[in-house]
Amino acid sequence: MTAAETPRPKVGQKVVDMDFVPHKLEEEDVCLEVKNFRLYYGDKRALHDINMKIPKKRVTAFIGPSGCGKSTLLRCFNRMNDLVDICRTEGEILFDGNDIFHRTVDVTDLRRRVGMVFQKPNPFPKTIYENVAYGLRIQGINKKRILDERVEWALKGAALWDEVKDRLQDNALGMSGGQQQRLVIARTIAVEPEVLLLDEPCSALDPISTLKVEELINELKDRYTIVIVTHNMQQAARVSDYTAFMYLGDLIEYKDTDTLFTNPEQKQTEDYITGRYG
Amino acid sequence: MNSIKLWFRKGDPWVWLNGGAVAISVVMVVGLLLLVAFRGLSHFWPHTIIEGTYHEADGSTYTLIGEVADEEWVAASRVRGTGVAIPEDVKVVQRMLIKTGNRDVTGLDFRWLVADKLTDVSTPEDLMMVERREWGNFYGYLTAMKENGQVVATGAEALPALDARLERALDLADAIHDIENKDIGAINYQVERLRLKERRLELEGGLTDAARMELDAERAALDAEYQTLKADLDQLNVEISRDSLVATTMSGVEKEIPLKLVVQYKQPNKMSLFDKIGDYFHQLWLFLSDDPREANTEGGVFPAIFGTVLMVILMSVIVTPFGVIAAVYLREYAKQGPLTRTIRVAVNNLAGVPSIVYGVFGLGFFVYFLGGSLDALFYPEAAPSPVFGTPGLMWASITLALLTLPVVIVATEEGLTRIPKSLREGSLALGATKFETITKVILPMSSPAMMTGLILAIARAAGEVAPLMLVGVVKLAPSLPLDGNFPYLHLERKFMHLGFHIYDVGFQSPNVEAARPLVYATAALLVLVIVILNLTAIMIRNRLREKYRSLEN
Repeated sequence: MTAAETPRPKVGQKVVDMDFVPHKLEEEDVCLEVKNFRLYYGDKRALHDINMKIPKKRVTAFIGPSGCGKSTLLRCFNRMNDLVDICRTEGEILFDGNDIFHRTVDVTDLRRRVGMVFQKPNPFPKTIYENVAYGLRIQGINKKRILDERVEWALKGAALWDEVKDRLQDNALGMSGGQQQRLVIARTIAVEPEVLLLDEPCSALDPISTLKVEELINELKDRYTIVIVTHNMQQAARVSDYTAFMYLGDLIEYKDTDTLFTNPEQKQTEDYITGRYG
Repeated sequence: MNSIKLWFRKGDPWVWLNGGAVAISVVMVVGLLLLVAFRGLSHFWPHTIIEGTYHEADGSTYTLIGEVADEEWVAASRVRGTGVAIPEDVKVVQRMLIKTGNRDVTGLDFRWLVADKLTDVSTPEDLMMVERREWGNFYGYLTAMKENGQVVATGAEALPALDARLERALDLADAIHDIENKDIGAINYQVERLRLKERRLELEGGLTDAARMELDAERAALDAEYQTLKADLDQLNVEISRDSLVATTMSGVEKEIPLKLVVQYKQPNKMSLFDKIGDYFHQLWLFLSDDPREANTEGGVFPAIFGTVLMVILMSVIVTPFGVIAAVYLREYAKQGPLTRTIRVAVNNLAGVPSIVYGVFGLGFFVYFLGGSLDALFYPEAAPSPVFGTPGLMWASITLALLTLPVVIVATEEGLTRIPKSLREGSLALGATKFETITKVILPMSSPAMMTGLILAIARAAGEVAPLMLVGVVKLAPSLPLDGNFPYLHLERKFMHLGFHIYDVGFQSPNVEAARPLVYATAALLVLVIVILNLTAIMIRNRLREKYRSLEN
C-alpha cells in the first residue's frame, strides 16, 4: 500500500494503530507506552485516544501546530497536568510497565524519575550551586562532599562545568539564557532521572545557545530517554530519532524521523512539514 | 475653540489636575512635618531671658523676668476687654506670652502681656534659669550658696561654688536613683516572688514547716540586704540635702532652692552660639533619654519611646507568621471559590474596622477572657490582683497584631500571586512536594512582599492610640517592660506610648502652655520613630528584592 492509496484520515478520527510504531519494539525497549489515552479540560477533549510507544534511550520529538496537544501530552508523562484543576484523563500511560495514574504511584517519585525542562529557563533565584543541588537536597542529600560531587557531575553532564566552575556561588539569574537553560538541564539530570521531557527547550534561546542545547541533547541520549516538544521542524529533524506529528489532539503520524520528513504518509503531515500551515 | 478641544482630547487637563493634586498633597505633608519638627525642636533651644518693666492697667509697675514663649497680634478690642487702656486709633496690638516660671512663688508660670506696656527690656548676663524637679523652672539672680544652712559663698564666688556643688548633688541623685530603682526594685521584686511562692504552696497544701522556714530565711536575707541599702540611701539623702542655692526672683523675694531639687541651671544670656548649640543637643538628649517628671510635662520621654518600639516589635513578631500562614493557605491550599472569595473580602474589610473596635475586642476577649483564664489556671496565688487579666504589653501587641493582620495577609497574597508559575513547576518537576516548593522557593521569593505588608503594618500600628488606651497603655508606667529581673521581658506590665503621651501631655495636662512645645516635640519624635522603624523594614525588603529580583522581569 502506497501513501497515495491511504485514505486521508479526518480530524478527530482515530488514525493511530500499531503500524505507526516505528519499529517492532521489543517489550524491554519501551520506556513509555500510551494506551487509549484521552484528556479533557473541563468538558473539552484535548487529546483523543492516543496510542504510542516511546523507545528507551532514544530521542523522540513531538511536532505539530500550536494547540495540537503535544505539550499537554508531554506534561502527562510526569503528571504535571495534575496541577490543572479542571484536567481529567482516561486511559493509561505505562512507565516501565506500570500505569503512572494508578493511585499507588508516588507522584513526587515519578517526577524525579521523569524530569522536565520547560520552555522558558526557570532557574531558582539561588546560586548556581544551589540550583543544581536543589533536587538532591529535596531527596535529603545534605552531605557537602556528595553534593559537590553530584553538582560537578551534573554540570559536566550539561556541558556547563567549564563555564561556571569558578562562579558556582553566583546567582543563577546572572547567567545568559542559554546557560540558564543548560543549568536547568543540569538541575534535572542531577537527580538522575530515566526520562527527560523537554518542552520547547530552545524557543526562548538565540541560535548559538540553541545549537549548544542540541549538541547536549545528542550527548545525553545515550543515557536518557528524551522526549522533546518543538515548533522547529529543522530541530526535530536534527536531534530526534523518532518524530510524532500531532494535530488537533490527534496523533497523526509517528515514525522514525528520516522517514517522516522525507516520505510522510499523511496529507496533514506533508502539509505541515512543507509549511502549508502551522 | 478647536485648540481647546484638542487640548482636552490630548488629556493635558487631567495630567495637570493629577500633577496639581500630587503637588498639593506633598506640600501639605511636608508643611505639616516641618511645622511639627520646627515647633518641637525649637523648644530645646536656650531662649534668651529678658528683664523689663511692665506697666499694669492701673498704672502700677513691676519688674518682669522670663522667656518669650510666643507672640501674636490680636484685635485691640479684645485686649481692651481685659481692662488694658489702648488708644482708640490702634486696631491691633502685639501680645507676648512670657514664661516667668517660679510657680511656687507667684502661682502661675506663664502670662500674656501687651508688648507695648513692657519697657526697659534688657538681657542681663547674670540672669539664671534653674530647672527643678518640683515647681517647674525658676528664673532669677543667684545671690549665695549655702551649706547646712550656712552661707559659704556670695556674689561672684557663688557661681563657681554652685557648679562644683551641683555636680556633687547630681552624682548623689544618680546614686539614689540607682539604689531606689535598680537595687531596691530588684529586692521588692524578689520579695513579691517569695510572697507568691508562699501563697502558691499554701494553695497547693505544700506549705510545710520546712518550706516556710526556707522562705523565711530567704526573706530575712533579702530584708538584711534591704536594710543595708536603706542605710546607704538614708546616708545619701542626708548628703544630698547639704547644699542649697539662694536666688532672688523678679519681685525681689529671696528663694532658697535645695540642690537636690535642681536638675540643671543655665545662664543663656551669657552663652555664645557654640555654647547654645552644645546646650541644644544636650537638652535634646535629655528629652530622649530621661524619665518624665511633673505629670509628664517635663523631663524626657524615654519610657514612651521604649514602649512604642518594643510594642511594635512584638506586634511584628506576632503578626508576620499569622499573616503569612493565612495568606499561604488562602492562596496555595484553599480551593478557590465563592467561600475563599468571601473570606478575602472579609479580610480586606477588616482593615477598615475602626481601631477602637479592636480595642474593645482586645479588652473583652484578650484581657478579660484569655487573661482571666490564664490567671485562674496559672497564677492562682496572685489573686485577687490580676497578672495577665489586666491590660498589658502582651495584650496590646496582640490586639495591634490583629488590627494589622489584614494588611499583611493582603500584601503576602499579592506577593504569592506574583511568583511565576514556571518556578513552581520547575520545583515540582524535580520531585519536590508542594510543601517543599512553598517553603524552599515560594516563601523566600515572596519575602519582599511580606516585608511590604509588615511595613504597612508598622506604619499603622505605631501610630495607633485609641485601642491601646484600652489594652495596656498608661500615662505613667512605674517600670519598663524590659529590665534586669528574671524573666527580663515582662509581657504583663503596662507601658507608655508616644501616641498616648501626646494625647496625655496635650489634653490632660494641668499646665497647657508648658506642655504645648512638648506635644510638638513628642509628635515629631513619634513620626521619627515610625520613619526609622519603616526605613529598617524597607532596607531589609530592598535587600531581599535584590536577592530575588527575577520577579521584576
